[in-house]
Amino acid sequence: MRYAMAIDTKKCVGCSDCVVACQTENNVPHGYCRDWVVEVMDGTYPNLELEIRSERCNHCDNSPCVRCCPTGASHYEAGGIVTVTANECIGCGACIESCPYDARYSHPDGYVDKCTFCLHRVEKGEKPACVSVCPTNCMYFGDLEDPDSDVSQALQNRKYKTLAPEAGTKPQIYYLI
Amino acid sequence: MKEEIFVSGRNIPNIDPFLHIWHWQIPLYLFLGGLAAGIMFFASLYTILGKEKEMPTTVKWAVFLVPAALVLGLFALFLDLKHQWYFWRLYLTVRFESPMSWGAWVLMLITPLSMMWVSSYIKELYPKWDWKFEILNKFEKLIIEYRKSLAWALLILSVILGIYTGILLSAFNARPLWNTAILGPLFLVSGLSTGAAAIMWMSKSHIERSFMSKVDLILIGIELFFIIHLFMGFMASTAVQINAAELFMGGQFTVSFWVFVVILGLVFPAILEILELRGYKIPVAIPALLILFGGLMFRFIMVEAGQITRYLY
Repeated sequence: MRYAMAIDTKKCVGCSDCVVACQTENNVPHGYCRDWVVEVMDGTYPNLELEIRSERCNHCDNSPCVRCCPTGASHYEAGGIVTVTANECIGCGACIESCPYDARYSHPDGYVDKCTFCLHRVEKGEKPACVSVCPTNCMYFGDLEDPDSDVSQALQNRKYKTLAPEAGTKPQIYYLI
Repeated sequence: MKEEIFVSGRNIPNIDPFLHIWHWQIPLYLFLGGLAAGIMFFASLYTILGKEKEMPTTVKWAVFLVPAALVLGLFALFLDLKHQWYFWRLYLTVRFESPMSWGAWVLMLITPLSMMWVSSYIKELYPKWDWKFEILNKFEKLIIEYRKSLAWALLILSVILGIYTGILLSAFNARPLWNTAILGPLFLVSGLSTGAAAIMWMSKSHIERSFMSKVDLILIGIELFFIIHLFMGFMASTAVQINAAELFMGGQFTVSFWVFVVILGLVFPAILEILELRGYKIPVAIPALLILFGGLMFRFIMVEAGQITRYLY
């Protein structure tokens, strides 16, 4: 099993519903966020190209945050989901320094916090909060090893990219382009 | 032109717009760890070589700084933790992939061992010193008897500690400025050089001082070579590392790095040391202080600048 997400940059309108859904679902403290929306404008007028991306932890296959964690608080859950055990975390910041996506932050309570792919929902067979609220249905979640899953289907007929693959992290959020 | 903005809004403390998770505590600790490693390295090396008589400050007196620096450094590290009262979690696992984990274990070993070393010389410093308990007297005799073995252990541990301060940073591939294999050796040499400077400063014997001054000159030479090597490597590397090097070549760290670290912290004290060896009267405190100051600045700048560098996508 390998959980992954595919996000269609052609369908995303940048409404930030995913961000609000996450903050509500996971009780994210005020002023913080586990996911965010980026708008990239490329080119010079009138030849402009716009890409809108909903970004979050990439739940990398080769996670530098898991490697650098001195206590093992950062770890892989079943299906490759990367999470932090709060009462094993010492708040040293090594994982935050090691993430090329700046997807982690220091929770006001001291431990390090991040996107969990809504593990508590996934375990019950539900989709992550961000995916389930998306009004344009531009996000697909599921098991990459299952050819019939939403994410495998979405990746089958489209070109896609990952963010900073040169960092060697093998990210598992795929952007359809 | 490429322009990227957060449309959902994102202003996480210490992450946006630039990463600033590590503040003064980490560079201070890296400096103190390097200094302790440097002094301990020379003390154990000259004990193994049987030069206690010729190098009394190195072997006996400067070592008193080692446990002090380590304890202070550990305290700085503790202050840096955001989930402080879980710090003991560090000592429930050994994770070889994580430099911070084995670094914590090395500190756990070298701190008590260096304290043992110091305790075996304390009676020479304070002749009236009394251990009060017979068992401590026996323990002291045991340490004195096995001093050579202790020196070997501390020699190896001090090299690991010195190189660890650099590897801690170089393990983070997300920060292109740190992600270079030369950083470990560079921090080790810089730590040895600050250690030599501290010994030089404390020593009252002219022979010992001029010897350490020569050692320090060689170390400064190696350090300058490594710094050139570091930037050559960056300039021949990928876009993110070229950007990292540009912070020091016209960017915001140009003046602080080249003036305070390279010129005032390395080149100028080296010139003073050469003049002193040629017979000019120069108070040893000046080059020693400059080297210590340069070492401290070097770590502050590297930690600060490294956190600004990142991957682009």
